Amino acid sequence: MALLARSSADELAGLLRDVPALPHMTVLRPAQAGSVMVQGRTGGTGQPFNLGEASVARCSVRCGQHVGHAYVLGRDLRHARLAAELDAALQDEALRPGLERHVLTPLAQVQEGRRARRAARAAATKVEFFTLATMRS
Amino acid sequence: MSTGASVTTLLPGFADPVADAQATFRAVLDAMSRPGRLMEAGTGLIPPAPVCPAAGAAMLALLDADTPIWLDARFGAARDWIAFHCGAPAADPSRARFGAGLGVPVLDRFDAGTDEAPETGATLIVQVAGLGVGTPYLLRGPGILDATVLRVAGLPLGFVPAWAANRARFPRGIDLLLCAGTRLAALPRSARVDLPDADAEAA
Repeated sequence: MALLARSSADELAGLLRDVPALPHMTVLRPAQAGSVMVQGRTGGTGQPFNLGEASVARCSVRCGQHVGHAYVLGRDLRHARLAAELDAALQDEALRPGLERHVLTPLAQVQEGRRARRAARAAATKVEFFTLATMRS
Repeated sequence: MSTGASVTTLLPGFADPVADAQATFRAVLDAMSRPGRLMEAGTGLIPPAPVCPAAGAAMLALLDADTPIWLDARFGAARDWIAFHCGAPAADPSRARFGAGLGVPVLDRFDAGTDEAPETGATLIVQVAGLGVGTPYLLRGPGILDATVLRVAGLPLGFVPAWAANRARFPRGIDLLLCAGTRLAALPRSARVDLPDADAEAA
């Protein structure tokens, strides 16, 4: 699910072109955009505090016996719809292997590459903090 | 993600959640302000059986996470549907803001609000066998010029005295939304209900 949520509508649509068309989906909750309160942790003990609101798009579809849900950051309704359809299709044992090979694996590679590049950029500016302990006799 | 018999049979809600909910809300508002008038609601909606489209639409439009609802045993099939589309929690009749079911439940079991806050009185969504057909009831009260006749099939025999008792506690009281098929009519707590025969004798 995180893989689907971190991708984009164009990415998903592009990958779906390489696999057979997904079966018919019944839309339970049409894609809609809204906002959710994002909570963060603060202080030494990590009490929650309200960091701010984030736009979220969500969608729920049913594919035969399986219900697929998607919540994605942003307002891209098409992204939410595609992610929900994939979530439903991935629960189908017959469809799962093909989708894993042609959609999930490429997505994971792309996202891992993106994460590594970002980490490398951040690592260049890394500063080590340490504390000197003073011993007094 | 989640599995289970109930999830696999989930049905869609409104095709266009915003516009359909607003249209239904408008129908409920018109019905409440003109007691006895028949309104259309829920056309095209397929709620889980045995819930009729009008009752299903009214629930989708009126319920949310802040409105505990009590469903009678025969509306139990709609429990998951309501939870999914509205997020409304289940509650006992005494704490529910809404009730829904087939036929009229005992009105006294529901919260009728207080004299200071009568608006907290529960609203019951009651599915009846037919609206516009069946027993004629004579309605009077705010929103009605002189009197109007509402025909309802499937109200219990003791409904008229039970409703008179509900009306006697005004401003406290229960409001009713009657639903059948895609038709909807309202009986707000301010409406007086009589059987035409009894009324003729009184006149």
